[in-house]
Amino acid sequence: MLSRRSLLLAPAATLIASQAQAAGPLKVAYVYVSPVGDAGWTFQHELGRRAVDAALGAAVKTSFVENVEEGADAERVIRKLATDGNDLIFTTSFGYMNPTLKVAQQFPSKKFEHATGYKRAANVATYSARFYEGRYAAGVLAGRMSKTGVFGYIAAFPIPEVLQGINAFTLGARSVNPKAVTKVVWTSSWFDPGKERAAADTLIAGGADVVTHHTDSTAVAQAAEEKGAFSIAYNSDQSKYGPKTCLTAVTHNWNEYYIGRVKAAIAGTWKSGDVWGGVKEGMTKLAPYNAAVPEAVRKDVDGVMAAIGAGSRRPFAGPIADQDGKTKVAAGQALADKDIAEMKWFVDGVQGKV
Amino acid sequence: MDDGVMLVALLVATLRAAAPLILAGLGELVCERAGVLNLGVEGMMLVGAVVGFAASVTTGSPVLGLLAAMAAGAAMAAVFAVLTLRLHANQVASGLALTIFGIGFSALFGAPYQSHPITGLATLIFPNLSGAHPLLQQLLLVDPLVWLALAAPFAVARFLARSRAGLLLRAVGESAEVAHAFGYKVVRIRGFAVLFGGAMAGLAGAYLSLAYTPMWTENMVAGRGWIALALVVFSTWKPLLLAAGAILFGFVTIAGFQAEAWGIPVAPNLLATLPYAATILVLVLISRDTLRLKLNAPAALGKPFHPAG
Amino acid sequence: MRLERRASASRVMAVLAPVLALVCAAAGAAVLFALLGRDPVSCLHTLFVAPLEDANGWSELALKATPLLLCALGIAVGVQANVWNIGAEGQFTMGAIAGGAVALWLGPTEGWFVLPLVLMAGVLGGAAWGGVAAFLRTRFNAHEILVTLMLSYIAVQVLGWLVRGPMQDPEGFNFPQTRQFEAAAMLPVLLEGSRVTVAAVFALVAVPLAALLLGRTMAGYRIRVVGLAPGAARYAGFSENGAVWVCLLLSGGLAGLAGVCEVAGPIGQLTPSISPGYGFAAIIVAFLGRLSPVGMLFAAVLMALLYLGAEGLQITQQLPLAAAGVIQGMLLLFLLGADVLTLYRVRFGGVRAHAKASSHG
Repeated sequence: MLSRRSLLLAPAATLIASQAQAAGPLKVAYVYVSPVGDAGWTFQHELGRRAVDAALGAAVKTSFVENVEEGADAERVIRKLATDGNDLIFTTSFGYMNPTLKVAQQFPSKKFEHATGYKRAANVATYSARFYEGRYAAGVLAGRMSKTGVFGYIAAFPIPEVLQGINAFTLGARSVNPKAVTKVVWTSSWFDPGKERAAADTLIAGGADVVTHHTDSTAVAQAAEEKGAFSIAYNSDQSKYGPKTCLTAVTHNWNEYYIGRVKAAIAGTWKSGDVWGGVKEGMTKLAPYNAAVPEAVRKDVDGVMAAIGAGSRRPFAGPIADQDGKTKVAAGQALADKDIAEMKWFVDGVQGKV
Repeated sequence: MDDGVMLVALLVATLRAAAPLILAGLGELVCERAGVLNLGVEGMMLVGAVVGFAASVTTGSPVLGLLAAMAAGAAMAAVFAVLTLRLHANQVASGLALTIFGIGFSALFGAPYQSHPITGLATLIFPNLSGAHPLLQQLLLVDPLVWLALAAPFAVARFLARSRAGLLLRAVGESAEVAHAFGYKVVRIRGFAVLFGGAMAGLAGAYLSLAYTPMWTENMVAGRGWIALALVVFSTWKPLLLAAGAILFGFVTIAGFQAEAWGIPVAPNLLATLPYAATILVLVLISRDTLRLKLNAPAALGKPFHPAG
Repeated sequence: MRLERRASASRVMAVLAPVLALVCAAAGAAVLFALLGRDPVSCLHTLFVAPLEDANGWSELALKATPLLLCALGIAVGVQANVWNIGAEGQFTMGAIAGGAVALWLGPTEGWFVLPLVLMAGVLGGAAWGGVAAFLRTRFNAHEILVTLMLSYIAVQVLGWLVRGPMQDPEGFNFPQTRQFEAAAMLPVLLEGSRVTVAAVFALVAVPLAALLLGRTMAGYRIRVVGLAPGAARYAGFSENGAVWVCLLLSGGLAGLAGVCEVAGPIGQLTPSISPGYGFAAIIVAFLGRLSPVGMLFAAVLMALLYLGAEGLQITQQLPLAAAGVIQGMLLLFLLGADVLTLYRVRFGGVRAHAKASSHG
């Protein structure tokens, strides 16, 4: 027993994190929760990584690890990236929060950035985006394009980020069509093309003439195209999956953020902090409109985006009532960031349960 | 959309969701009836999906795509057959290893085919329906593969019940030793059953990548292979019940979405346990009656066949 | 070519067969690397050697092999009695849930008894989930191979529901996770700076215990007799139902222990994804190890090495994860196939009459 134990411990006795010297290009690594694919959450981060490569060229050396489980494996991958001499590591999924902090503690000279989390340290920054701002504008677009005033919303899990999007979309739609209704269905999976397709089929059959989604595949845009309903895609531009009917997409754009942070790290001005950017910072955008969107509508939606960017229009400005008709935000007021971040309720006009 | 059209649309959506489960399930059913448990369905479906897609895009012919998918599924099954029937490897472990291989292979082979949307089978056959009656529009979304999935259970049921080959297959599944003693070629018969299972799984995968969600993305089968496995048990190894089970499962999924859309709360996580819980329940109901179990379940399921040598 | 059953398993082949499989898989992998435009030698080095070049690599290897080994040992004991538990994944999850529930319920309670309670809850949780299958098998004759598989999917969904509902961290911004466990509920780390916990010791202790159980004790004898010859066992008064219960409770308990050790170790809380398929991979480990406890120890380490090497291929060779998946699958298929050499002798040609008796095509 004792010998067995010491056998196991012997090699570990020399366990010291070796830190490669950062001579030459800054080494930057990304940890992805799913395969890169060609659309979706991870793909947008990958676009950001490629933008860093394109912008900074020989000054950086970037790499990524895809499909990293959010369990015990994440910590090992992050640590390996740190020991391999990466100076700046982006961990791009919520489930990496605690592993990122643990590794960061052991590598005080390395810099870490965790997407969508809420725990920070001197060398761990957090960043996320107010995708709900883009969702609001998408709601306005949906409201203008819809004949039935019924929207289908295919969502994975009722976490705040998803609920923010559903509520903002509905508020945007109701700003142009006060009778608009958003029907929400849950797929319980970030990625299941078949299930997303079945959900879209159901919603379209039930009278929704614009469908949108908060899932990771392109199945919803495809389903809508086949059935002749409009869709508003999420994460990535999916126009090629819905050439006639995909009105636009609420896209994520990390390019400028990543370039800025990497530049700061090279210049030695990198500091921990929390960024929650939106339309103004260009972190959420609308993809180019489909030909089906009339000029007048484009102008209006562009106007909404501009107003949100300028801060003159806030998606969660009152009056806002919840599903029971109770006032959540009084007229003249707006929901505080903290309440937006913790959102766990639906606005009036959403059909479905959290 | 009026209520009649909506009803038809929901029915069509149900059938399309059920089709890949029926196709893959039938293949596994035949395989299990011969006494072989192949847990590699998910992997074979993925390989079928990607090879079918690639062949269809390269040759421009969806028919060739479907054939290639069946061949690819059968090739995967052949690996399994050699391992378990020739080299006497364990069926459960080999099936799981086959799935691991299939997930990796499909992702690697499929990388160049991502980001390449194609026209779905239904739209390909009836490209311009915008002027047609809405009811007709819905009905024509039922593509030939769905019809095949609806017809195939009858064919397989007839094959198993009436044909000599079907009888042999069942005999082998009941007791390989007895069949062997009667001079039947147990390994060859089981081999064909395994290959059939692979071809059907490949076809089911191609249905996903060519008709249902016409594209290739990594891991797009998303667990349907496992649901197909559950449905085989749920059906008590009967083809028509398998089809009914798959349609029921499709219906429960669609009805769950419809209920949510109406604002009726459903716990999606718990709804997702339904096919598995229902399978256990059915298994308990059929198995408590030992006699009925004997009539249904292949007695030699999962048992290797080692003839005296 | 035909196969002829050996009178007893070949000891030479028991060692040679896996080596042969490894060589074949390595050759296949080298071809694949070359096709992908990489240097095969350095890729093979990354896959099989690099993970073991530093102490941290060894500690991570132990961490990764531990749950595989614990689950595989239980599965193998069952297989000896012809009890097929392929739902270790579900028992692993239930163990994690039960242990996690106790850890969260005890909250900031300090004391030596906290961790044993957590671990015990994990074992019981896993055993209970295995017990469901045992009950359905003994009472209703429902085959455990299917029931345990179905129960796995149910367990994962239940976990998903719990961390988004009743067990959700109230201060976690509505993200799907529980609170983090307090220090008293966490397994001690074997060595400062690494992540290997005493769970690795549990797994190592379980190896000789499983060998002893199967080899020396009356219970083990009964288990094997029930597995080999149920008729004879009944005649001798050994209960088949008893063996079913023992095997499923034992393997469920071991898988549950693996589960609770994972959440009370490297993870430290409950989240929707606590297992990257350990329970299923353990089935392969059990058969790669030929159901022998020592064999499974090697198999679990090899499997863990493949995981680490796959990460290395991504990080240092920038190969897609899928390439590692193909190699992993290929190696497993080769290993499972090569095993035939231990039990069978390959003959080329030979007497026709003899060939007819042994071939079965």
